[in-house]
Amino acid sequence: MSRLALALSALVAVLFAASLTTGPSDTSTLSDLSALFLGGDGPLPLVMREIRLPRALLGLMIGASLGLAGAAMQGYLRNPLAEPGLIGVSGSAALGAVLAIHTGLAAAFTLGLPLAALAGAGTGVLLVLMLAGPRGASITLILAGIAISALAAALTSLVLNLSPNPYAASEIVFWMMGSLADRSMTHVWLALPLMVVGWVGLATLGRGLDALTLGEDAAEAMGIRLTRLRLTLVVGTAFVVGAATAVAGAIGFVGLVVPHLLRPLVGARPSRLLWASALGGAAMVLAADLAVRLVLPERDLKLGVLTALVGAPLFLHLIYKTRAEMA
Amino acid sequence: MWGCVRLSRLISLGAAFALAGAVTATETGADPAPRRVVSINLCTDQLAMLLAAPGQLISVSDLAADPHSSAMADAARGYRVNQGRAEEVYLLAPDLVVAGAYTDPATIGMLRRVGLRVEQFDTAKSLTDTRERIAQMARVLGRDDEGTALIAEFDARLAELKAKAGNHPRAALYHPNGYTLGGGTLADDILRAAGFRNLAAELGHRGGGTLPLEQLVMAAPDLLISAAPLPGASRSEAVLGHPALDALRKGRAGLRITSPDWICGTPHVLNAVERLTDARRALPEGGQ
Repeated sequence: MSRLALALSALVAVLFAASLTTGPSDTSTLSDLSALFLGGDGPLPLVMREIRLPRALLGLMIGASLGLAGAAMQGYLRNPLAEPGLIGVSGSAALGAVLAIHTGLAAAFTLGLPLAALAGAGTGVLLVLMLAGPRGASITLILAGIAISALAAALTSLVLNLSPNPYAASEIVFWMMGSLADRSMTHVWLALPLMVVGWVGLATLGRGLDALTLGEDAAEAMGIRLTRLRLTLVVGTAFVVGAATAVAGAIGFVGLVVPHLLRPLVGARPSRLLWASALGGAAMVLAADLAVRLVLPERDLKLGVLTALVGAPLFLHLIYKTRAEMA
Repeated sequence: MWGCVRLSRLISLGAAFALAGAVTATETGADPAPRRVVSINLCTDQLAMLLAAPGQLISVSDLAADPHSSAMADAARGYRVNQGRAEEVYLLAPDLVVAGAYTDPATIGMLRRVGLRVEQFDTAKSLTDTRERIAQMARVLGRDDEGTALIAEFDARLAELKAKAGNHPRAALYHPNGYTLGGGTLADDILRAAGFRNLAAELGHRGGGTLPLEQLVMAAPDLLISAAPLPGASRSEAVLGHPALDALRKGRAGLRITSPDWICGTPHVLNAVERLTDARRALPEGGQ
C-alpha cells in the first residue's frame, strides 16, 4: 500500500514538473525552473508564474478532485459506472457556471462563478442519487445519468446560443470537453477553497464506504449513519466537481478510469481507493494536459477529447465484463 | 465494376452540369443591370451599398446593421434586413442575389434550384483582393464606372498612407480565445500597409489560428491589438484580462480595436490602416 502511494506520488511529481517545463516557447528546463523560483529579468518569470504554474496546479487539483469524487461515488453506489462526468454532475456544474457567466453573476462578485457551478453540481448529484436510488442499480443509474447529462447539455447550449455575444456559441465545446489553456492564478484561488472543503469531506468517507461493502444493514449495525454519509458525499462531490468545472469545463471519464484501474491494486477497499484515486486522477489529468500541448500544440485540443479516448474503450471493457458476469 | 462505370458516368454528368452552369453564369454576366438585388453576406452587403444605384439594392443581411460587425451599420438601416434564409430571399423576388463564398451551400443550392441568379464573392485575403472584389461587385451590378472610380480612390488613399511608412515595429493581433491572424490574411496585409510587421506571421502562422499566450508574452511585441469587448459576457474574452497580458500591456502600447473595418475587403480597410499608422507614429521609437 505504501509502495503504491510512493509510486503514485512520484508519478504525479514527475508529471507536474513536466507540465511546468512544457510550453510553446523554446526555453531550457533549467532556465524555466530558475525563472519560476528565483524570478529574474525578461518575460520568462511572468510566463512561468502566471501561465504555466496555474495550469500545472489546476491540472493537479482538478485531477485529484475528479478521481476522488469518482471513487467516493462508486464506493457509495457500489457501482463502477458512477462517475461525475458520465452521470451528469459535471454537466450540471457547467450549466451553473454558464448561467453565472451569462447572467453577469460571475462579473458581479468574485466567487459567483464557482458558487453557481457548486449549486449546479449539487443539484446534479442530488438528482442522480434520488433517481438511481440508494443501491444505484446500473440500469437506473445510467438512465438517470443520461437524462441529467442530456438536459444539462441542452440547457447549456441553449444559454450559449441565446447569448448576444458571438463567442458564446463557440464555447459549447469548452463546457462539454474542458481545457486548461490560459488559466491564471485567479482561477486557482477561485477553485482551491471550495476544493479543500470537498476534499476534507470526501476523505472522511473511507470508513463508512468500507462498511458499506458489507451491505447497508451491516453498515448500520456497525454504527455508520447512512443519511449523514450520503449528505457528506453529495456536498463533497458538489464542492470538488463544481469548483473543477467552473474553471476548466467538464472533463469526463477521469473518475471512471482511475478508480477502475487502481481498484485491484488497493485490494478493492474503498477507503484506500479514495486517496489512490485522488493521486491517480491528478496524474491522468496532468498527463492528458501534457498530451494536448505536445500532440497538436497549435489546435488547442480539449482535455475531454483525450480523457474520452482513454476512457471510452475502458467503458466498453466494463460492459463486456458485466455481460460476461450476467451470462 | 459496374459500380465504377456508374460512378464515373455520374461524375462526367456532374461535370457537364457544372460546365453548363458556368456557361449560363457568363451569359447572365452580360445581362443588363439587375434591378432588384438582395445581399445575404456581411461583406457583399457593404460592397453593394457602396456601389449600387439608388433603389437597385433592396435588402441586406441582418449583420450589416450590427455595429459590432459592420462598418456601415448606419447606412444599412435604410435597407430592408434579411436573415439570409432561402425562403425570405425568394419572396423578395430578386433578379440577383449576392453571397459570400462560404455562405451556407444549402441556401445557395436552394436559391439556384428555384431559378435565382446567385453571384458568390470570395473572401478578400489581401488589399489587392479588395480591389478585385470592388471590381467584381461593380461588374455584377452593372456599375463599372462607379467601380473604377471607387478603386481609383482606394489606390490613391492607400498610396498616401503607405508613403508614411517608417521603420517596422512588431504588432500582434490577439483576439478572444487567443485567436490571431497570420500571413495570407487581410489583417496581415492591413498591418503591413500600416508599416508593421505581424508577429503571428513571423512565428510562421498562415491564416487564422491560436497564438499561445505564452508565446505572445515571450515575444513582447511593440503594439498589442485586441478586440474591444462585445455585449454579453463570454469565457472566450476572459483571456484578454489574463494577469500575464495585463503585465505585458504595462510596458507597451496597446490598442483596443472595434473590428468591423478589419473584417471585409471593402474600402473601409483603409480606415483600419489609417488608425494603425497613427498608432505606429505614437509609439516611442516606432514612427521614425
